[in-house]
Amino acid sequence: MSTSRNTLVFIIILALLTPLSAQAALNVFACEPEWGALARTIGGDAATVFTATTAHQDPHHIQARPSLIARMRRADLLVCTGAELEIGWLPLLLRKAHNGRVQPGQLGYFLAANQVRLLERPTRLDRSEGDIHAQGNPHIQTDPRNIARVAKALAARMAELDPSQAEGYHRRLTDFDDRWQKAIARWEQRAAPLKGAAIVVHHRQWPYFEAWLGLHQVGELEPKPGIPPTPGHLAELKARLKANPAKAIIHAAYMDPSPARWLSQKTGIPEVTLPFTVGGTDAAKDLFGLFDDTIDRLLKVIQ
Amino acid sequence: MHNRLRHRAALLPLALALSITPAFAGSSDDIAQIKQMLVHMKKEYAARIRQLEKRLAKAEQRAKQAETAAQEAADAANAPAPATPQSANAFNPGIGLVMNGRFQHFSRPASEQAIPGFSIGEEGGKGDEGLSLGESELGISANIDDKFYGQFTGSFVSDGGADGIEIEEAFIQTLDLPGGLGLRAGRFLSGIGYLNSFHTHADDFADRPLPYRAMLNNAYKDDGVEVRWLAPTDLFVELGGELLAGDHYPAGGRAHNGVGAWAAFAHVGGDWDESNSWKAGLSYLDTEARDRESGDGDLFTGHSHLWIADAVWKWAPGGNPYERNFKLQGELFMRSESGAFTPDGGTPAGYSTDQNGWYLQGVYQFMPRWRFGLRIAGLEADDPGPALAGSSLDTLGHDPRHYSAMLDWSNSEFSRLRLQYNRDESRPLADSQIILQYVVALGAHGAHQF
Repeated sequence: MSTSRNTLVFIIILALLTPLSAQAALNVFACEPEWGALARTIGGDAATVFTATTAHQDPHHIQARPSLIARMRRADLLVCTGAELEIGWLPLLLRKAHNGRVQPGQLGYFLAANQVRLLERPTRLDRSEGDIHAQGNPHIQTDPRNIARVAKALAARMAELDPSQAEGYHRRLTDFDDRWQKAIARWEQRAAPLKGAAIVVHHRQWPYFEAWLGLHQVGELEPKPGIPPTPGHLAELKARLKANPAKAIIHAAYMDPSPARWLSQKTGIPEVTLPFTVGGTDAAKDLFGLFDDTIDRLLKVIQ
Repeated sequence: MHNRLRHRAALLPLALALSITPAFAGSSDDIAQIKQMLVHMKKEYAARIRQLEKRLAKAEQRAKQAETAAQEAADAANAPAPATPQSANAFNPGIGLVMNGRFQHFSRPASEQAIPGFSIGEEGGKGDEGLSLGESELGISANIDDKFYGQFTGSFVSDGGADGIEIEEAFIQTLDLPGGLGLRAGRFLSGIGYLNSFHTHADDFADRPLPYRAMLNNAYKDDGVEVRWLAPTDLFVELGGELLAGDHYPAGGRAHNGVGAWAAFAHVGGDWDESNSWKAGLSYLDTEARDRESGDGDLFTGHSHLWIADAVWKWAPGGNPYERNFKLQGELFMRSESGAFTPDGGTPAGYSTDQNGWYLQGVYQFMPRWRFGLRIAGLEADDPGPALAGSSLDTLGHDPRHYSAMLDWSNSEFSRLRLQYNRDESRPLADSQIILQYVVALGAHGAHQF
C-alpha cells in the first residue's frame, strides 16, 4: 500500500516537473531591445524571448548581474550585437552561466554585427582614440537595411536550431521582410528632406543611419568615443558651430540630455532625443515605430 | 555636353546682334535676306537642339544604369567581410596588464603594521609609507578550445625594495558541462564571501576591508578544484564547493597530504526592479594549518574555520549605471581557531579563540566618472589568555575599528585616480592615513563584474 502511494507521489512529482523540461519553445536571450523585438517577430509563439537590456541603458556599460547569469543559463540561443559592444559583460555572463549551447562557435551564439558590413573600422587601434571597437562601429541597428539582413540570418539560425518550426520561422520572416521593405521605401521617401543635413551627435553611434539617409555628421559632444563631454570640448564645438551651423544636435534616449541642451541653448540649434532602439520613446514601441518616430522627430526640426 | 550646349546658347544672341547691327544700314532687300537667314538659323538650331536632347536622354539612361549597377555592387559589398587577416597571432589570448602606484602617509610610524588580537598574514598590513609601486598584475585569458577556458594572472610585487613574482591565479574552467555545472582547477581566488574573488585593483577602496586583511591575508587563494552549480531558475541560485591544498593563509603547510582545506558557498541574487539588484551569500571555509607562519614570526598548528555572510545591493536609475549609481555592500565574518600557537620567540601554548569581523561600505557615483565612498569596519577577538599575553594575539583590551572615505575619478574604463582618507583605530592609538592611488589597465577590456 505504502509502496504504491510512494509510486503515486513520485509520478505526481514527475508530472509537475515534466512541463518544465518538455517546454518546446526556443529560449532566446537577446542582448539589446532591437534584437529582442526581431527575435519575437521571427520566433512568434515558437520562441520565448528575454531581453537583457532596455532602451534606457547604455549597452556598453551593463554589469553581469545575477539575474542575467540566471537567464543565460537556460538560453538555447543568444542574439547580441557583437563587434565588442558587449565586451564588458557578455564574456563574463557566458563564463558564469555554465551553458554550453550558447558559447562562441555554437549554433546558439548569434552575433548581428557578423551579418552586415561594419563602418568606421579604425585604422589605428589605440585607446587614446577613446572606446573604439576593432571590428568597426557596432551600432548597426540604425539602418533598417541592416535589420533586414540580420532578420534573414536569424531566421535561418532559428530554423537550424529548431527544424520542426523551420516553416514557421520562414513564413514569419517573409511576412516581416515584405512589410519591412515597403516601410523602408516609405521612410526613404519621407526622409528625403533630411538628405545632406548637417548634424551634431552626442556619441558616435549613428554612422549607419547617416549613410542610409545621407545625413552629414559635423561634430560629436564626446571629445573621444566613450569619454563624457567636457566643458572645454563643448566650448570649442560651440565656436565651430557658430561658424558652420548644423541643423540638429541628436542623442540617444539613454543618454544624459544636458550637454546637448546646453549646446542647443548656446547655439540655437535644436536638440533632438532619438529612441535609438525599441522602447527608447513612447512611439518606438516596435521596430517599425522605431524608424517612424526617429524620422518624425528629425523632420520636426530639419526642413 | 551640357557645357557645349550652354556655349552655343550664349553665342546665339551675340551672333544675332552682330548680324543685325549692320542691317540697319542696309536696304529692304537686305532685310528680307536677313529674315531668310534667321529662319534658316532657327531651323538649324532647332534641329541641333533636338539632336542634343536625344543624346542627353541617352546619356541619362546610361548613367541610371550605371547607378543601379553601383547600388547592386554596394549591396554585395555590404555582405560581411572577413573580420581579420589570417595569421598565427590572431589566436593570441586576451592580455591585460593592471598597474597601480600609490603614495601613503601615516600619522603613526609605518612599523606599526600589526592588528592587536590577530596574527595576520604578510599582506594584511597597511603597506609602505611614501611613494611605492603596488602590485602589477599581468592577466592572460582565452578559451582554450570549445570545452575549456583558461586564465593566468601573474603578480609582480615590489615589497620593501625587493621585487618578486607571484602566481596569483592560473586555472582552467569548463565551458559546456551539462546541467549548469562548472568545474575549475588550478590556482584561483576562492568563491567564498563577496569580495574574495575580486582582484584588489577592482576594489572601491585603496585597501581591503579590515576583516579581509586580518582573517584572509587580503584574499584567500589556493591550489585546488572547484565545482559550481547554477540552478535553472530565474532567481540566481549558485552552489559551490572547493577542495584546496591548504598552502595559503589562513591554511598552511598543505595538511592532509595536500588537501588541507575545503570551502562551500551558496549565493542567491536577482533584480528587485529595473533599478535595484542584489546578491547575498553564505560561505564556509574549513582549513587545517601546519606551522602556518603569520604575524611577525608566529607559528600556528591547528584548525581554523570561518563563516562569511555577504550581501550587496546596487542601484542605478533605470538600470543605467553610466550617469549615477549606488552600491552598498557588507560582510560578516566569524572565525574560530584552535590548536597550538607559538608566538615569535616564545614557547607553544594551547590556543582556542573566536574572532568576529564586519564591514559596511557605500559607494555613490554622483556624476559620470566621479565616485564617493564611505566605509566602516571592525574586529573583535577573544582574549587569548595569560600564556599568550604580549603576543600578537593579545588584544590589548581594544576592539579594532577602521573608518574610510574615498573620492575617485575615472577618465575612462581604463584609468582611475583615487584619494582616500583612513582613520585607522585598529591599534589603541589612532592612525590618520592619506592614500593617493592610480589604477590603470592596458590591453584587454576588463569585465563589469557584479
